[in-house]
Amino acid sequence: MSATLEHPGAKNVAAESEPRGTEQVAGTKRLVKGNEALALGAVHGGLEAFFGYPITPQNEIPEILSGLLPSLGRVFLQAESEVASINMVYGASAAGHRTMTSSSSPGISLMMEGLSYIAGARLPCVIINVMRGGPGLGNIAPSQADYFQACKGGGHGDFHSLVLAPWNVQEMFELPALAFDLADRYRTPVFILADAVLGSMLEPAVVPDQIPPLRKVSKEWATVGRGRRAVKNVVNSLYLDPEVLSAHNETLQSTYREARREIRYDTRFTDDAEILLVAFGIAARVGLSAVRLLRKQGMRIGLLRPITLFPFPSDAIKHLAKQVRQTFVFELNSGQMVEDVRLAVNGISPVDFYGRMGGVLPGPEELAEQIRSRIGRGDSL
Amino acid sequence: MSIEMAMMGKASADDRPATTCDDVECVMARPASMTDKLMHYCPGCTHGIIHRLVGEMIDEFGLLDHTVGVCPVGCSVFAYEYFQCDAIEASHGRAPAVATAVKRTDSSRFVFTYQGDGDLASIGMAETIHAAARGERITIFFVNNGIYGMTGGQMAPTSLIGQKTTTSPSGRIAETTGMPIGVCELLSSLKGVAYLARVPISSPKNINTARKYMRKAIRAQLENKGLGLVEFLSTCPVQWAMSPIAAMKHIDNTVIKTFPPGVFVDRVDPVDATSTPMPAVAHTGAEA
Ligand SMILES: Cc1ncc(C[n+]2csc(CCOP(=O)(O)OP(=O)(O)O)c2C)c(N)n1
Ligand code: SF4
Ligand SMILES: [Mg+2]
Repeated sequence: MSATLEHPGAKNVAAESEPRGTEQVAGTKRLVKGNEALALGAVHGGLEAFFGYPITPQNEIPEILSGLLPSLGRVFLQAESEVASINMVYGASAAGHRTMTSSSSPGISLMMEGLSYIAGARLPCVIINVMRGGPGLGNIAPSQADYFQACKGGGHGDFHSLVLAPWNVQEMFELPALAFDLADRYRTPVFILADAVLGSMLEPAVVPDQIPPLRKVSKEWATVGRGRRAVKNVVNSLYLDPEVLSAHNETLQSTYREARREIRYDTRFTDDAEILLVAFGIAARVGLSAVRLLRKQGMRIGLLRPITLFPFPSDAIKHLAKQVRQTFVFELNSGQMVEDVRLAVNGISPVDFYGRMGGVLPGPEELAEQIRSRIGRGDSL
Repeated sequence: MSIEMAMMGKASADDRPATTCDDVECVMARPASMTDKLMHYCPGCTHGIIHRLVGEMIDEFGLLDHTVGVCPVGCSVFAYEYFQCDAIEASHGRAPAVATAVKRTDSSRFVFTYQGDGDLASIGMAETIHAAARGERITIFFVNNGIYGMTGGQMAPTSLIGQKTTTSPSGRIAETTGMPIGVCELLSSLKGVAYLARVPISSPKNINTARKYMRKAIRAQLENKGLGLVEFLSTCPVQWAMSPIAAMKHIDNTVIKTFPPGVFVDRVDPVDATSTPMPAVAHTGAEA
């Protein structure tokens, strides 16, 4: 995999948690389920306290953590609802701990007020959304319909979470540690957007044999109890004076701008590409197979897969839009990320979209056929 | 005018130092756990008295260094301004969930919530009941003034039958709005509760009783017995449209008929063998 950073050299700006990835320590390659990888990845990344409420298709995460965390002397609590879960995350984070919740689409909707408070109070935390079909109760099939919710704030007020999108089980293991590092560095919530297929799939992945000991990240703002500190700490998102709240909003916005140095994406076959496909998560897996099919048929097509959905790899996409004749976006929704792609391309070349909703996961042949039949058709949205 | 708007106007004038007792003998000072910030509460409001009691308790138990207070959304939304301890502003109703996590992640902390009746008994009822059912080692100071003070005097789940509010203009009617919720009665069936008591804040004598109850509710946490909650029958003279003194009398003459004061649960100093505490939760803290 070629994970590319938009600004090379900025790779290790986030506070490191050990281990990052699997290089440094002895690991075993074995079949791992996606949800298991997320749970283990979070624990290896320093998860101290987990709060969650059952919902399919992510139940393996709390099930694994309910045994593992207490055995390590860390906190697992099954909350009475997702509303309680996210507010427990708020409390644990305020008190200075690496904390996480996981859920699936309807449960994430319930968390939105709490998420806004977390963002407003500048608290770090990790939220996993193993997305399922919606709206409403929808179904438990794979979907990417919560892109807007995760990437555009989701709750009330001007805020963002950083959003990471894995596409295989190995990344499901590695991204939680990165998510904790980014959360602590930028003091923002960080989403991991997976889906029902990624959560349930079994794939070979390398998991370190030993769980590293917790490494305390110092947080001078945390409400741990005052101790001998000269001033008390207050965790809060209330600023009655509009000028003060405005300045606070500016701080948040500058944080999001600063986080652009964390942009990560993956490119395949783009060097000589005349056609560009943009897709994330499981859709990018289908996309890569479709690219290979079309390459065999002589089409010079390449894939760009955003790994950070927010901040979005706009510059990389813009750069490729100058090189290619046409860009296709493929998502498991009605067309959400395509809006960010269009903003990045900004009319340089045509952008077309293909999506399936409701939990339908088309095969590579279907996607390849869609791309073939739309070549030259231009902007169709 | 809502209290929210009133506070906005006052936001900058609050830094004036309180009066000192330079040349006179000081017989009663502000608790060391409180700041000298001028309070934003309306004249005659019991929030100020209850704040002072909380401050006294933190002093008395010597808890300031490891206390984390969790404040609600309601008139006491700025409570963190008045205490010297670390504090977290929770979203409306969720203070028990926030406090749960702060305590579970390090059991050496003393964690209290300070909540109104709209906060605790309406929007946050689920968090209240489940924190109590789990026997969280937290202490809840519950300020029941029978109304939504902050938003301008709307009906609360604790408003009395017949009580006029801005959303029950001709008086609360049981047929359409149900009966007032007695939080102590409701929670008393839960075995996770170690101490539960209700006291009117209507006279010096009752305030002394409140101190007694608060000590136990704090000991419930410190002695790892379970959740402690003290419900204060409080006044909101402004939204009740009463003078402060009439409001105090209203508590004694009327409110206590719906909400009888007393101790509902005491597993801190159990008088009979049946009130045994919940098994202790395995808390962490070693790694914190
Ligand atoms: C989610 C949400 N809903 C509604 C509100 C508006 N609100 C603020 S305070 C309050 C009621 C407070 O009443 P209570 O808890 O009894 O406290 P009091 O002001 O009486 O002390 C309401 C409804 C809010 N801030 N958040
Ligand atoms: S009197 Fe009522 S409105 Fe005024 S501060 Fe007290 S509770 Fe709020
Ligand atoms: Mg009230």
